[in-house]
Amino acid sequence: MAKEYWRWKEYNWRDEKRDWRDGKVITGGVDVGSVSSQAVIMVDGEIYAFSNMRTGSNSPDSAVNAMNWALEETGISMDDFDFIVGTGYGRVNVPYADKAITEIACHARGGNYMYGPTVRTILDMGGQDCKAILCDERGKVTNFLMNDKCAAGTGRGMEVFADLLNVSIEEVGDLSLDVEEEPPPVSSTCVVFAKSEASQLLRDGWSRSRVLAAYCSAMAHRVFSLLERVGVQKDFAITGGIAKNTGVVSRLEKELGLTALQPRHDTQIAGALGAALFATTLVEKGKGRKKSQTAVTG
Amino acid sequence: MKANYGYMDGSGDYFITIDTDKCVECETRACVAACPANLFVIEEDDWDDLVALIAQDKRKSVKYDCAPCKPVTDRPPLPCMAECPFDAIEHSW
Repeated sequence: MAKEYWRWKEYNWRDEKRDWRDGKVITGGVDVGSVSSQAVIMVDGEIYAFSNMRTGSNSPDSAVNAMNWALEETGISMDDFDFIVGTGYGRVNVPYADKAITEIACHARGGNYMYGPTVRTILDMGGQDCKAILCDERGKVTNFLMNDKCAAGTGRGMEVFADLLNVSIEEVGDLSLDVEEEPPPVSSTCVVFAKSEASQLLRDGWSRSRVLAAYCSAMAHRVFSLLERVGVQKDFAITGGIAKNTGVVSRLEKELGLTALQPRHDTQIAGALGAALFATTLVEKGKGRKKSQTAVTG
Repeated sequence: MKANYGYMDGSGDYFITIDTDKCVECETRACVAACPANLFVIEEDDWDDLVALIAQDKRKSVKYDCAPCKPVTDRPPLPCMAECPFDAIEHSW
C-alpha cells in the first residue's frame, strides 16, 4: 500500500501523576470535526486525559471512538462523568453529550485556558474551515468570523499538498522554509485548482520546498485577510492542526507583525478542551447530570 | 458579540454581521419578517441569550439570497437593516 503522507499522528494521553478518584468533578468535552475528533477528560477543571484521532465517516461512531480512547486505561467509566459537552461540526451527533455548544465558543474558551487570559485573538485553523475569534479575558467571544466555504487555507488543503509532494505532513512546514528566496504564493484560492497549479510548477522544475513555500504563503495570506476583517488584537494565538505547521505560522506572523503565543498543550484539542471547560462551569452552576445516567454505546 | 455569518471565496467577502449585544435588547425581531429570503432566525446562543442569527443552511449562499435586495443601481435600504430598531445588522458587501 502506498504511503499516506497526509496522515498525522493519532494518539491518546493521560496524566499518570494524578488519580482521578481524588477529584470531585469529572467532565468531558468532545470535538467532532470534519477531519479530526478529540475527547478531553477534565478532573476538577484540569486536563486528565485526552485523545486525538481522525474523524471517520460516521460522526456518532467518531465521538464514541474518541471518548473510548481517552478513557483507555484510566479506570473512568461513562457513569463517572458529571457533564459532557459536544462541539464541532458533528456536535449534534454526539450520542452521550448532555449539551452541544458551537466550536466558536469552545475554541475561545479552550484557547483562554491553553494560552492564558491575555489572549485576545484566536485563529483556529481546522480541517475544513478557519475561524478568527476575538475574546475577552474570560474566554468569552466578542467577535467571530468563520470561513468554511472553501477548503484552501485549511488543514485538508495541506494534507492534499503533502500527498501530492510525497512529504510527511509533519515535515511540510519546515521544508517550506528551506528556500533561499520566498516564491510568489500560488494564486488559486480553491485547493483543487491550487493542486493543479502546484503540479504545473513541479513540471516547470520547481523544487518541492519552493512549491510548499508558495502554498504555505498563500495559506498564510488567506487567513491574514480573515483576521484583518475582525481586527487582530494582542495577544494572538493559533489553535487547530495548522498551528503545528511552522511554514504557515511564521509567514502569518510576518504578515501580522505579531508573534503567536506558545501553547501549553496540543493545539488540536482546543475545541474539546473548551467543551470540557464549559461542562465544568455548568456543573459548578448546579446543572450537572445525576450520575449513572448514560453509557457509551457504539 | 459581533457574529459574522457568511463566507469568503475567490470572488469576495460576503458577511452579515449581527451585534448580539444590541440584538438581545430587541422585542420586535422585525428582521425575521423583513427578510424576503428568510435568512434570519431567532435562537438561543451559547450564552443562553435569544438572538437573531443567520439560518445554518443559508450561511453559504448569502451572496445569492441577498442579491434581489441589492440591485446594481438605485439600491434601496436593505429591509433587514431598515427594520432593525437597534442598528445591529451590517452587510460587508
